[in-house]
Amino acid sequence: MSEVKKIATRASYGNALVELGKIHEDIVVLDADLAAATQTGIFKKAFPERHIDCGIAECNMTGIGAGLATTGKVPFVSTFAMFASGRAYEQVRNSIGYPHLNVKIGATHGGISVGEDGATHQCCEDFALMRSIPGMVVASPSDDVEARALVAAAYEYEGPVYMRFSRLATPVINDRPDYKFELGKGIVLREGKDVAIVANGLCVAEALGAAEMLAADGIQAKVINIHTIKPLDEELIVAAARETGKVVTVEEHSVIGGLGGAVCECLSEKAPVPVKRIGVQDVFGESGAAAALLHKYELDAEGIYRQVKAFV
Amino acid sequence: MEKLELQKIANEVRKGIVTAVHSAKAGHPGGSLSAADLFTYLYFQEMNIDPRDPKKPDRDRFVLSKGHTAPGLYSTLANRGYFPVEDLKTLRHLGSYLQGHPDMKHIPGVDMSSGSLGQGISAAVGMALSAKMSNDSYRVYTLLGDGELEEGQVWEAAMFAGHRKLDNLVVIVDNNGLQIDGRIEDVCSPYPIDKKFEAFNFHVINVADGNDMDQLKAAFDEARTVKGMPTAIIMKTLKGKGVSFMEGQVGWHGKAPNDEEYAIAMQDLEKVGEALCQK
Repeated sequence: MSEVKKIATRASYGNALVELGKIHEDIVVLDADLAAATQTGIFKKAFPERHIDCGIAECNMTGIGAGLATTGKVPFVSTFAMFASGRAYEQVRNSIGYPHLNVKIGATHGGISVGEDGATHQCCEDFALMRSIPGMVVASPSDDVEARALVAAAYEYEGPVYMRFSRLATPVINDRPDYKFELGKGIVLREGKDVAIVANGLCVAEALGAAEMLAADGIQAKVINIHTIKPLDEELIVAAARETGKVVTVEEHSVIGGLGGAVCECLSEKAPVPVKRIGVQDVFGESGAAAALLHKYELDAEGIYRQVKAFV
Repeated sequence: MEKLELQKIANEVRKGIVTAVHSAKAGHPGGSLSAADLFTYLYFQEMNIDPRDPKKPDRDRFVLSKGHTAPGLYSTLANRGYFPVEDLKTLRHLGSYLQGHPDMKHIPGVDMSSGSLGQGISAAVGMALSAKMSNDSYRVYTLLGDGELEEGQVWEAAMFAGHRKLDNLVVIVDNNGLQIDGRIEDVCSPYPIDKKFEAFNFHVINVADGNDMDQLKAAFDEARTVKGMPTAIIMKTLKGKGVSFMEGQVGWHGKAPNDEEYAIAMQDLEKVGEALCQK
């Protein structure tokens, strides 16, 4: 059996920027002393004159991104999710969101799979924060293929986009000829009539694993990849809710305000069905190896399987 | 433009400020009036702009980092011909495009939305950086309040601008000495302001009277000669300048005059205008 290819989506981010940078001269990449970690170092090597290291000053970097965008450049503001969405929240809201400037925010190191750095660097609140800003697109790709497609789509889209990438290398699951990425459009990865599992980020691969385990128990789970949390593919989610009658959300984020929150907001208004939110249960993370953390917080296939089984 | 002409315009700008804030029944007259001469100098003398083509790519940019003094900027833009002076009376009214703080999406001539202190300077730095990257010749100006210097982001931006040697950037500080809670040296002193900007590798110009057109001209002429570093113009001004009962009074930072006070304010300014016409 061949080894499953694993790539961290932060690397996909850096690689995608280089590919886009070759075509589009208006792309400028900003970083805050984390070029090696966010992988924008790959872009820096290819286009040193278009890579701006702002030093450890994320609020200023966000504002510089806004200023660059007013002059027609397309800045990709890059740092850890914690700082991009948390420390610089108000700069994103007022300097980028309010004037709806064409700034792309590349937020790496999202979720608890950041691992050993622990709670201070494990941002599980970014979807909630960014989603609340009017006009902000929020997305979290499930693998390398999707991450690169997202970066390209974000460039084509006129307006602010928040993209969350992972530190952890995760399986490539979308490497197929018919794969198509569209902002705001979910992707059904598996059909099933007993329950719909809606996931994003690295949880998509884990949800597929859980669906296999559920199938062995006779439970057929539909698995939907909702890479774009905002705008949410309400049509697809409502249809899945009507089809299965039960919805589970899975994300590497607080169960408050993220994908689970968004899905509940949608379904409670349009197609009320029982929903189980799997995610970080309103707690801070902790240090540990990424895999061990995902296991402890029940975000791996086994943990998702257990929780879905108990729910259905 | 002649000094006398600029002074007359600044006086008209002040009338617009007082009228707008009176009509809005809210707003920030004190810091708008202290910077009225600066606004006038920038838009009628210093900057390469065209009210008929507010978005022209090679224009000089201005970011009002101390965004609460929007009445000062709006009155200047209106008097410069970006939109009707009459519209100033709609300031802060529901449905008006003249929002309480600058809104680049709806107000002709506004280059950046601002209002949350400390943020405008970063956007201005981004604009200046963009010009450098593209070899564009436009210059970027940004006005900060002295109280605003208490925001840490200002110094993040200053460090970056100095590091990148952005000599197309002019940071102006309206040192009127007062913020909402009192005198800036009593609240949380940003002094010495000049030495701080020097330490961040700025060329610093101290202006003893930022309400004097000659001194403003000298400062901006000097700034144009500076190469290899950004310029900070620290101008001492009088908060509420031109309206007798507002001058030097912290209470007029963010308060609108009532009808009676408005009448007195306009009388004050009419007198100034008449005196200028006698010259």
